[in-house]
Amino acid sequence: MEHVVIVGNGIAGVTAARHIRKHSDKKITIISAESDHFFSRTALMYVYMGHMRFKDLKPYEDHFWSKNDIALKNAYVEEVDTDEKLLYLAQGEKIAYDTLILATGSIPAKYGWEGQNLQGVQGLVSKQDLELLEQNAPNNEVCPKAVIVGGGLIGVELAEMLHTRKIEVTILVREHAFWSGVLPDGEAEMISRHIKSHGIDLRHEEELDAILDDGKGKVRGIRTKKGEEIPCNLVGITTGVKPQIKFLEHSKIETDKGILVNRKLETNIKDVYAIGDCAQQREAIGLRKPVEAVWYTGRMMGETVAQTICGKPFEYNPGNWFNSAKFMDIEYQTYGWVFSTKNKKAYEQHFHWKHPDDTKCITIAYHKDTKEFLGINTFGIRMKHEVFDTWLNEKRDVDYVVQHLKEANFDPEFYRHYESQIQNQFKA
Amino acid sequence: MSTIQRDMSLTGQPPASINAIQKLGTALGVGGLLILLLATFNVNFPEKTLWLSIALSALFFGIVVFAYGAYADKQEGIKNDGVWFKSVSSRGFLAWVAGLALTGFYIVLYFKAGWLGLNTEGENTGLIALFDPLSKLLSGNPASQWFVYGTLYTIAILAFGIKFFWKYRHNRYEKLRTLSVMFFQTAFAFLIPEFMARLNSDEFNLPYYDLKNIWPLNYYNFEQYRVNDFISAGNVGLALLLFGIASIFVITPILTYKYGKRWYCSWVCGCGGLAETAGDSFRHLSDKSQFAWKVERWVVHSVLVFVVVMTTAVVSTYLGYDSDKYWLTKDVFLISVAVFLTLLFAGIWFFKKEELKQDARYGAIGYLVIVLALIGIHYASGSTLFLIPAETLRTSYGFLIGSIFSGVIGTGFYPIFGNRVWCRFGCPMAAILGLQQRLFSKFRITTNGGQCISCGNCSSYCEMGIDVRAYAQKGENIVRASCVGCGICSAVCPRGVLKLENGATNNRINSREVLLGNDVDLMDYVNQN
Repeated sequence: MEHVVIVGNGIAGVTAARHIRKHSDKKITIISAESDHFFSRTALMYVYMGHMRFKDLKPYEDHFWSKNDIALKNAYVEEVDTDEKLLYLAQGEKIAYDTLILATGSIPAKYGWEGQNLQGVQGLVSKQDLELLEQNAPNNEVCPKAVIVGGGLIGVELAEMLHTRKIEVTILVREHAFWSGVLPDGEAEMISRHIKSHGIDLRHEEELDAILDDGKGKVRGIRTKKGEEIPCNLVGITTGVKPQIKFLEHSKIETDKGILVNRKLETNIKDVYAIGDCAQQREAIGLRKPVEAVWYTGRMMGETVAQTICGKPFEYNPGNWFNSAKFMDIEYQTYGWVFSTKNKKAYEQHFHWKHPDDTKCITIAYHKDTKEFLGINTFGIRMKHEVFDTWLNEKRDVDYVVQHLKEANFDPEFYRHYESQIQNQFKA
Repeated sequence: MSTIQRDMSLTGQPPASINAIQKLGTALGVGGLLILLLATFNVNFPEKTLWLSIALSALFFGIVVFAYGAYADKQEGIKNDGVWFKSVSSRGFLAWVAGLALTGFYIVLYFKAGWLGLNTEGENTGLIALFDPLSKLLSGNPASQWFVYGTLYTIAILAFGIKFFWKYRHNRYEKLRTLSVMFFQTAFAFLIPEFMARLNSDEFNLPYYDLKNIWPLNYYNFEQYRVNDFISAGNVGLALLLFGIASIFVITPILTYKYGKRWYCSWVCGCGGLAETAGDSFRHLSDKSQFAWKVERWVVHSVLVFVVVMTTAVVSTYLGYDSDKYWLTKDVFLISVAVFLTLLFAGIWFFKKEELKQDARYGAIGYLVIVLALIGIHYASGSTLFLIPAETLRTSYGFLIGSIFSGVIGTGFYPIFGNRVWCRFGCPMAAILGLQQRLFSKFRITTNGGQCISCGNCSSYCEMGIDVRAYAQKGENIVRASCVGCGICSAVCPRGVLKLENGATNNRINSREVLLGNDVDLMDYVNQN
């Protein structure tokens, strides 16, 4: 029987395994050194904040795997020998595969700062990172003060987490407003104000120069590029993530930033596929980046590769871009493409509406000549994925979208509606 | 890593302490409890009205001040920080203390009311005597243990309702729902029955009737003494009796069809009201396993069968063989029940068979056969009532289900098993509404395309133990018999995935194999399979 081995038990690898099981009775083994069972990585923050226990992060009960005949192995893959079709595990064991799916995810990207390996410097990607955080920052006596470097989605999560344990937090971001490399300025500035309103010391246009040693190998503070020293006990590195591919150094699998794959998610070696955060597309798909470290793309690649492996070859052909996040108390959803003020396309025009309470706003992007609707960012108002997906496929114009905005509302019952305010501002 | 995470670190723990305002609130509340406790042990309070007012105000404001301390200085948003670190909400020491104290209170309340000072022959003493002034003010009668309980119950729903209101002040659905349960408890469960008692005289005697407390939750509603009272009270009484029957056979099905069982369970019901307010801090303790779900289905429907058999037996005992006392005779009643149940079963089987799982089919057939056999045996033999005498059935239902299950376990163990144990495993009303909701209703929780990240907040905070995530991560609507529509899954979702809705019944139960966002051809292909 064909043995499909999946390295990595995150959303990409597990989705692949589930769909392969649905369509075949191949032997399936998932290998992970991170955890015995699949868990939701994006929810690690809630364990530290006390909203959930680690076991609540597992989407399937432990008996699910044996019931579906998916073997789980807790081990670290050190080498991949594609000639012999063998995986070498850290414990000295070898595992033979017929088909290999690499779904090893990401690790925090560090940029060679002085002191970046000191005790108390860490990212927040894996379960081990969370355990490390419990040691580095269990409370505000052990860790009165933290500095977070980088203003992205993990940065704001880490800030919120530390804040719940009453640890003083400073965030250094390079841009003039939070995540303004991705968000249009009106939104980025609103999020900056919101983060500060929680008592977090958010500093714009600040960069890390060096992390300072207390003489015993532990962090005592950081120095910014402007020369200021900030004492702290924890440095959170949230300047992005990069594919976890170091174990492929000696293999014949071709890599660049990530594992290079074609549209069928095949690597340069036959029967070896790569999906999720660790994969890098050889050719760009639409306006997407070649490496996408997003839950949803990992899941969709898993769905796709399972079809290919089960004899129905499919190209990875994701639909309209979408994503979501939460900045402290403000939910964010995006459908289609809305680029930041800085990275806006030449043809892209924005309509921005913000509620006076400074916690809700939307930005609609459209083509300035054809008026075609390109995408929407929404903060503090929930909107329907399905409706925007349809409108994007139908290439609706911006007037239609604004007029029909109410159809897309997904807020709970009895919530106040803002469509008429938005429409009035749009007309003006 | 499967145990509680507060032990994850060796070095420290997060701040779980309470602030100064919360300490003040706690002191006030404990002070109020202390007065009640002293009264229980027969400390004589000369100014009963004054001391009762002090005690109840201290309880009420203690809770409100505590809530103010907890939420007032925080911004609008989800407030679940430290839930699994706090002793009281993570089955820690305080949870067990609270659980045992509550359980003890219920046991005394149900079985040893004399210890609280109840004296049906003469003057009340102790705790119940302390409540006499308030009871006399409302109904004109001295207090009973049920009046004491009702007063404390109402104060709990009002004060913890304010707390809940503060906690979810960003969420209009939660605010309206909470106002609703606070209103129904205060007006319908507490004040109106007391005022109704004022109307009673020698020739006119309405039974104590909380109008929103519908059979079979109100399992004693059609017992002989109540039916006699209703009938003897002329048109008003007859109207109330008819209202009680219409509640379950007409009003309930219509409202449940339009809005789901939430119209009752989380907007009106008193048990639900307490669970949603005082029990809110324990909602995450419900068991989400598939095993628990299976136990739930068998237990709650067995209770439903029990209450149907018990009520049928009890009613049939006081109906005669001729129609001189009641126009309904025993034979007509029994045959009607049998015909009704058979038609109900046939209807479900004919229209909704495909939606019933294997065990639901076995259960339905099995129970129908048992109930019809019991009625048949009784009808044929005439003398033996349902093999077991009706009175035995009635008292054992009252003891096992009415007292032990709904009170001692259902509420006493809030801090251990979660706040909806009774509603989920025991309530026959919830079972009926659940069948309607699952099979004949417009209500569902919809999911938002492909936005779910499987984080688990929805499942964790589902008080009914529904694994909401299992549906959300498949893009499937949540249509579950047990869902009480509290709306918390939707509130705690960080990605805006869940929405409670009433809509068309077509495609209410759907399932996407591949979520929105991927290749359209792939989605089509997989969904065809």
